[in-house]
Amino acid sequence: MLNKMSAVNHYDAIVVGAGPAGLTAGIYLSRARYKTLIIDEGVAGGQMVLTHEIANYPGVESISGYQLSNIMKKQAKSFGCDIKTNVSVSGLDLNGEVKELVLKEGSVYSANAIILTPGGRSRTLGVTGEDSLKGRGISYCATCDGDFFTDKEIIVVGGGNSALEEAVSLTKYASKVTIIHQFDHFQAFEYAVEESKSNNKINFIMESTITAFYGNENLESVDIKNLVSGEIRNFKTDGAFIFIGYVPNTEFLKGKIELNKWGEIMVKSDMSTNIEGVYAAGDSTAKRFRQITTAVGDGTIAALATSGYLNELNIKQKQNSLA
Amino acid sequence: MSAADLNKAISENENVMVICGRMGPMCIPVYGIAEELEDDYKHVKFYDMEFDNPESYIIRNLPEVRGFMGIPFTVYYKGGKVVKATSSIQTKEQVKAILNKEFSAVVNA
Repeated sequence: MLNKMSAVNHYDAIVVGAGPAGLTAGIYLSRARYKTLIIDEGVAGGQMVLTHEIANYPGVESISGYQLSNIMKKQAKSFGCDIKTNVSVSGLDLNGEVKELVLKEGSVYSANAIILTPGGRSRTLGVTGEDSLKGRGISYCATCDGDFFTDKEIIVVGGGNSALEEAVSLTKYASKVTIIHQFDHFQAFEYAVEESKSNNKINFIMESTITAFYGNENLESVDIKNLVSGEIRNFKTDGAFIFIGYVPNTEFLKGKIELNKWGEIMVKSDMSTNIEGVYAAGDSTAKRFRQITTAVGDGTIAALATSGYLNELNIKQKQNSLA
Repeated sequence: MSAADLNKAISENENVMVICGRMGPMCIPVYGIAEELEDDYKHVKFYDMEFDNPESYIIRNLPEVRGFMGIPFTVYYKGGKVVKATSSIQTKEQVKAILNKEFSAVVNA
């Protein structure tokens, strides 16, 4: 067990992650009068905050991710849910009836049930120069930084919907956009492929990947490796936008819960994991579709299943105390 | 905040952090971090400035942000002088490390 000498704050349920799945779970649990805490290492909203406009959330014609996040957060708080943001988990004990969680700053929290909703983050290439040139030519957000590249030649890395849609939107600013993709075909929907192929500012370098970024004050060039021939060539560019998918934020769960080979949390249809009293929901779980609506649905199921578990646990504990 | 407001702020306060951005994906997390650190870093004044406001020239024209191509531009002033500037999204740990290094008093926030 973790160090129990520190002050312990006990909750019925702790939700790890304040994206749409976590906030939904918090809303349902708090409304059901369970003492609930949501923690997140970033701000409330998770990946949802990063969405400029949400136009397919049923019942809401158009809203920014930031606004929807704030509404969900406010809703959870209105039912009495505690929310702590920008805190990191440094220790976690999921076994036993009482689960324990230690934050980096040292405070300890315990709960009868845990819902894991850590979500995901943009995948980075992890190659030389990427960290040092972030914000100096390398970007992960076309809406935010597109206008810095007006009349410049840039590259977009990736072959999914985000990569192709953002490449098209970046042609509003850039004079030339080169899409670099590792396969000989795209994973994006046909409409996105057609739109990018019919744009005369867009070029394609297929079956290739970036192996290094170079530049002093700003990004100046990249090394592109042809994955078929193995040949590496240097390519001059003013900017690079990277859209190569997401990775689940589950590093802190390795060895503590069942994950698949991609690090996604394995869940059953009621969002329960392989550990009793531990549930998971949202983008960090193993599933095909990752949308705000699916995260909200997952969060609802996880909260309802958790409520059932807490209820049974309560009855069991009462019976034990009478015995 | 206007350019005049910023000049006043850095002349009246020893330690100042200014986040110059938009209400977008890379900026909101940094605003959120500053909001949370405000209580623990009482010796630092936190401000934000609209990147698209022409008044933001006072940040955008700084030599320290030359080459920046990602918002927000976050600038740290000590005694009226720029001591550090960062481009694009930052984590709470990164912001705290700068505040602790540049503005002396270490806070276990």
